[in-house]
Amino acid sequence: MLNPAVKESSKIINVGLFATCLVDLFRPTVGFAAARLLEDAGCAVHVPEQTCCGQPAYNSGDNRTAQAIARAVIKSFETYDYVVVPSGSCGSMIATHYPALFTDDPDWGGRARALAAKTFELTIFLADVLKVTAFRAAYDGTATYHDACAGLRELGVRDQPRELLAGIKNLEMVEMSETEACCGFGGTFCVKYGEISTDIVSRKTANVVKTGADLLLAGDLGCLLNIAGRLKREGSAVQVRHVAEVLAGMTGDVPPIGET
Amino acid sequence: MEFMKPGAFKDNASNALADENLRSAMAMLNAGMIPNRQGAVDRLPEFEKLSQRGRELKDHVLGNLDFYLERFERNCKAAGGHVHWCSTAEDACQAILKICRSVDAKTVTKGKSMVAEEIHLNQFLEKHGIEPVETDLGEYIIQLAGEPPSHIIGPAIHKTKDQVSDLFLKHHAKLGRTVRQTEPPALVNEAREILRQKYFDADVGITGANYLIAETGSSIIVTNEGNGDLTQTLPKIHIVITSLEKVVPTLEDATTFLRILARSATGQDFSAYTTISTGPRREGDVDGPEEYHVILLDNGRSAMLGGEVNDMLRCIRCGACMNHCPVYQSVGGHTYGTVYVGPMGAVLSPALLGVSETKHLPCASTLCGRCEEVCPVSIPLPKLLRQWRARAFEAGDTPNLERWGLWIWAFFARRPWLYGAAARLAMRGLAWLGRDNGRLRNLWFAGGWTDGRDLPAPEGQTFQERWRKRDRRVS
Repeated sequence: MLNPAVKESSKIINVGLFATCLVDLFRPTVGFAAARLLEDAGCAVHVPEQTCCGQPAYNSGDNRTAQAIARAVIKSFETYDYVVVPSGSCGSMIATHYPALFTDDPDWGGRARALAAKTFELTIFLADVLKVTAFRAAYDGTATYHDACAGLRELGVRDQPRELLAGIKNLEMVEMSETEACCGFGGTFCVKYGEISTDIVSRKTANVVKTGADLLLAGDLGCLLNIAGRLKREGSAVQVRHVAEVLAGMTGDVPPIGET
Repeated sequence: MEFMKPGAFKDNASNALADENLRSAMAMLNAGMIPNRQGAVDRLPEFEKLSQRGRELKDHVLGNLDFYLERFERNCKAAGGHVHWCSTAEDACQAILKICRSVDAKTVTKGKSMVAEEIHLNQFLEKHGIEPVETDLGEYIIQLAGEPPSHIIGPAIHKTKDQVSDLFLKHHAKLGRTVRQTEPPALVNEAREILRQKYFDADVGITGANYLIAETGSSIIVTNEGNGDLTQTLPKIHIVITSLEKVVPTLEDATTFLRILARSATGQDFSAYTTISTGPRREGDVDGPEEYHVILLDNGRSAMLGGEVNDMLRCIRCGACMNHCPVYQSVGGHTYGTVYVGPMGAVLSPALLGVSETKHLPCASTLCGRCEEVCPVSIPLPKLLRQWRARAFEAGDTPNLERWGLWIWAFFARRPWLYGAAARLAMRGLAWLGRDNGRLRNLWFAGGWTDGRDLPAPEGQTFQERWRKRDRRVS
């Protein structure tokens, strides 16, 4: 199951799990699924005290607040070998944008870059770093995968989740058209410009439904809440889950997003 | 004409989303532009290399802009042309008016020019008794409709074929065209026949420029209709209205951009017409204008040089960013209330018009990054949008509700213990509200979300709460 090189090394890999605020608040199962995947691959998982990555402030132009929150995250997580995030958006905030927030700060700039270098989105970490290839999980059904924007374009998450999902028994994957188009979530955008956001997500749900898949997967809870919320409002039966839930075999632990 | 204002972006968006004609026009655009561009890029193996070269060239020119502009001026004058340096829109309009009055111009024909839109040239000329006639089909359509362009390369992209049929009938009936044409070729022919005489009648022809060539003092325009050629060769005077950053060192350099421009814009390998103009008609030329003038507009651009949004000056106006923008795809160009629209407009407009006036534009983006991905000169548009947001926040232009919301959120986010306690309470509450079917249909404080979507209910306990319990069990 695990890359032999990793398995045979005697040193335990200490991973700090940055669950993200949305997982912490809305979908703890994703955090436990990520932890199970990491532990199965031989990592020791730690969850230090955490709130948010600071993206709401950063994307609203409030860089001072974003820096204050970034410093807290850096302090909590810099002692681990790796930081793993079950979200491309929050993962990229740490891996791409923290260094940009401290370009003029010699002390915090160095610490931000060091943390950035060892921070990975979950599926990249599993596929490219740990080189996990097989899972004990199975899923009976057809799923389609939505490429969440920040993960795709800032971190290069594209093939990794698809390769990992190919290892799930009985799971059939179909691609939707415009899978790389934004779902319209966009953080605070989805409430500030709710009407536009709803229109954008309606194009996404139309493409999801067209595939005939019975399950939509993605690696970012923001997109998932948005797409699930719209699918349910449209009365669609398509189920929605985080990719980690399927990979960890935890779909029996919790109903699909927005369902009972 | 004053149309919509950028400050009314949200209302404009509501109206746009309810406009069925616009929705069907935008659906056509969305279905065509994205695969067309992708196909054109895939067919050219060296596209990435050319794109990289284009970016480097632009950076080089922007770093040496004074040198290349002066070189252009020297060579343009040597070829018999005139160069007019204009700091502001008003300066440019006045310079054009002066040239028009020198031949007592009654009508001018115009090729498509975004810089002319930027300085609101048509309104200015009309006010001074000169009739401008748009000769690009899209521009002609919106001139009849009395609207600004909604896209930088497809100005009438928001119009359906039926709307064009109605417009033509309404405006052409007095010219004896009383049959409502419905097929695109018939509509194109009708416009062509009506425009034909206008080309001969015009005293002055005004075009834009895609590039200015420093080594030869020439200007280049690309069109798909050939209207630019008739506009600039038939009248006595050809005026080129363009802006500082369009200059490139050599003709060879211009070809680098020409190869990525049409592919990024419409998915064509090359535009149908590429026209190079160097000075007025020379001895022995069969046609061409007697005078050739270049209006070089600054209008805020030199202030962008070397600053935070310097990279925006690389823009070659292909429109790929708007074609791929989820927000533009939903609301169209008029919603922005500015001449330049979509992601490039949301970055450029605050520089040209001020941050307060345009504060919605940089915010109305999901920062999905697809604009940067398809930009042929790699302008980091999301980064530049964030920079404008930071400037607006510093200037106190962020709406109070958002500012307060951020403050409250940050207050908790910076105090993990308090945050945890509040989160545990709030999530229990939401989970209870959504207990029946796992979601909430209505939340009074989150109407922006629940007006169009259900809010999936949280599981109940927070992740950190459950993890601590697990930790205690394990140890």
